[in-house]
Amino acid sequence: MDWQALWLSLSLAAWTVAILLPVSILFGRLLATRTFRGKGVLEGLVMLPLVLPPTVFGFYLLVTLGRNSPIGAAWQGLFGHQLVFSFEGLVVASVIFNLPFAIQPAQRAFEAIPTSLREAAAASGLRPLSALLRIELPLAWPGVMTAMVLTFAHTLGEFGIVLMVGGAIPGETKTIAIAIYDRVQAFNMRSAATMSSVLVAISLFTIAATFALSARMGRKLDR
Amino acid sequence: MTLRVTLRAKAPIPLDLTFAVGPGELLALVGPSGSGKTTTLRTIAGFWRPETARVEAAGIRWLDTEAGVCLPTHRRRVGLVFQDYALFPHLTAAQNVATSLGDLPRRARLREAEHLLQRVHLNGLGHRRPADLSGGQKQRVALARALARRPDVLLLDEPFSAVDRATRERLYGEIIALRSDLEMPVVLVTHDVNEAQLLADRMLVIDRGRVVRDGTTAEVMADADALRAMGIREAAVMLPAMVAEHLDDGLTRLDAATGPLFLPRIDGAPGTGVRVRIMAHDVILSRARPQGLSAQNILGGTVTRIVPGAGPGVLVHVAVGEHEILARITRRAAADLGLQPGDPVHAILKSMSVARDHVARAADDAGGGGLG
Repeated sequence: MDWQALWLSLSLAAWTVAILLPVSILFGRLLATRTFRGKGVLEGLVMLPLVLPPTVFGFYLLVTLGRNSPIGAAWQGLFGHQLVFSFEGLVVASVIFNLPFAIQPAQRAFEAIPTSLREAAAASGLRPLSALLRIELPLAWPGVMTAMVLTFAHTLGEFGIVLMVGGAIPGETKTIAIAIYDRVQAFNMRSAATMSSVLVAISLFTIAATFALSARMGRKLDR
Repeated sequence: MTLRVTLRAKAPIPLDLTFAVGPGELLALVGPSGSGKTTTLRTIAGFWRPETARVEAAGIRWLDTEAGVCLPTHRRRVGLVFQDYALFPHLTAAQNVATSLGDLPRRARLREAEHLLQRVHLNGLGHRRPADLSGGQKQRVALARALARRPDVLLLDEPFSAVDRATRERLYGEIIALRSDLEMPVVLVTHDVNEAQLLADRMLVIDRGRVVRDGTTAEVMADADALRAMGIREAAVMLPAMVAEHLDDGLTRLDAATGPLFLPRIDGAPGTGVRVRIMAHDVILSRARPQGLSAQNILGGTVTRIVPGAGPGVLVHVAVGEHEILARITRRAAADLGLQPGDPVHAILKSMSVARDHVARAADDAGGGGLG
């Protein structure tokens, strides 16, 4: 059992969720409530990671974030090491390929809030931020929660992009999914089986906990 | 505390109207759907910004497109009651009301919210969530929430259209009862002319974005142009009366200045003041006082005016005492009777033709929370 790889995967997922939570709320709400030029294109771009093969997506990320790219060069100048093949690089890649999972469910949840409720909040004198925190967010919360669970679970399981952008540096970019692949390559089936079952257990627990929590919130709303 | 509105727009529908509503006055915006009523209301609330508009409430400019002034909704003191209630489903009734009490210290909010809920007769229901309230109760919570904002303008957007008729009658009573305490201008958007005539002091009839008629309810309801826009079938007058006696046969005798009226049972103790809506198409005219007729209400009066309509009908204005009754009869009938202004005539009204929701308690008698 590669505890280091498990820990790495969990912290990668936690970072991704932490970064994508505000993104999910702000972009989900923006796409749900506003119409603007280029909205369709933006929505399409957000969905792109869902349709591209992970290796293709990973390849482009590798090129965009690599040492010879402006982003990669700027990173190297700032922090003294390159962005790809590092944990930070994995976080950036993970945030990008999780955008559809983080934004879509939140957008649907915000769309489900009737316009009149938003208007009623404004007419009640709530400033936009208060209206978001006190009215919209509690109502859209199940959707935002789903978005975060999907993001978390998806990050734990992602393989192709992680391999392309991060390689398999132990303690830096070798996630549990890659560790499992390594063990299988080495015909260490028992170890692969243990790690796989741990991953299954964690995923199941996360999803069960979330559903229990949203069910409780749902009951609170219906009551 | 006056509301002044001017707006001009080409889209989404052409609009060109100006009006003002005084303190404590209830103005009904009436017109067919697509006439611009709701757009006007949304402009006042700040949800819509036409090309050219000015909205001023209680001396504060809310919107002035020429000067580039546009206060966002949350900075306008506007109370708004929505057609679909728009209550916050995750909050209790009291919390819904407290949302509008942001100016008060946190601890005072729920107490004030409970007080407001009492005012709309929802004592003890403050802890319920909207899902556990009936349509009428929801709309009362919405009304309390709008009043909690201590608004400079109260806007009612088709507030009674989602509830059943019996509830609607009670809510009418509620509004009439509250009216005497309200100091702000009230704008009611409705497509229901009965509702407008029952509740409003003044009516603004809009058609295709333009003002057809702006005047007191009595003036507008007798105006040919306004009636054309609202539909001639809506022609009616409001007759003030007092409950005199509940009879054993299920009728109620009302005393009106025009003489006694017999109507199907009306709630309210003897002595209660009411207003009865008498539809012009329910009134029959006769030269001689009819004998052997089943109709119970025969009012003697004098023809004051005969207004021809666009179709085969005419609208006959009959002065009965100091009041006026409208009768809509055919042009042919008017000619057969040889009716001329100044002629004595008898107006006949069938008792059963007055619908329950066409009777409202008079404002000064409405303390008890309405009829029924």
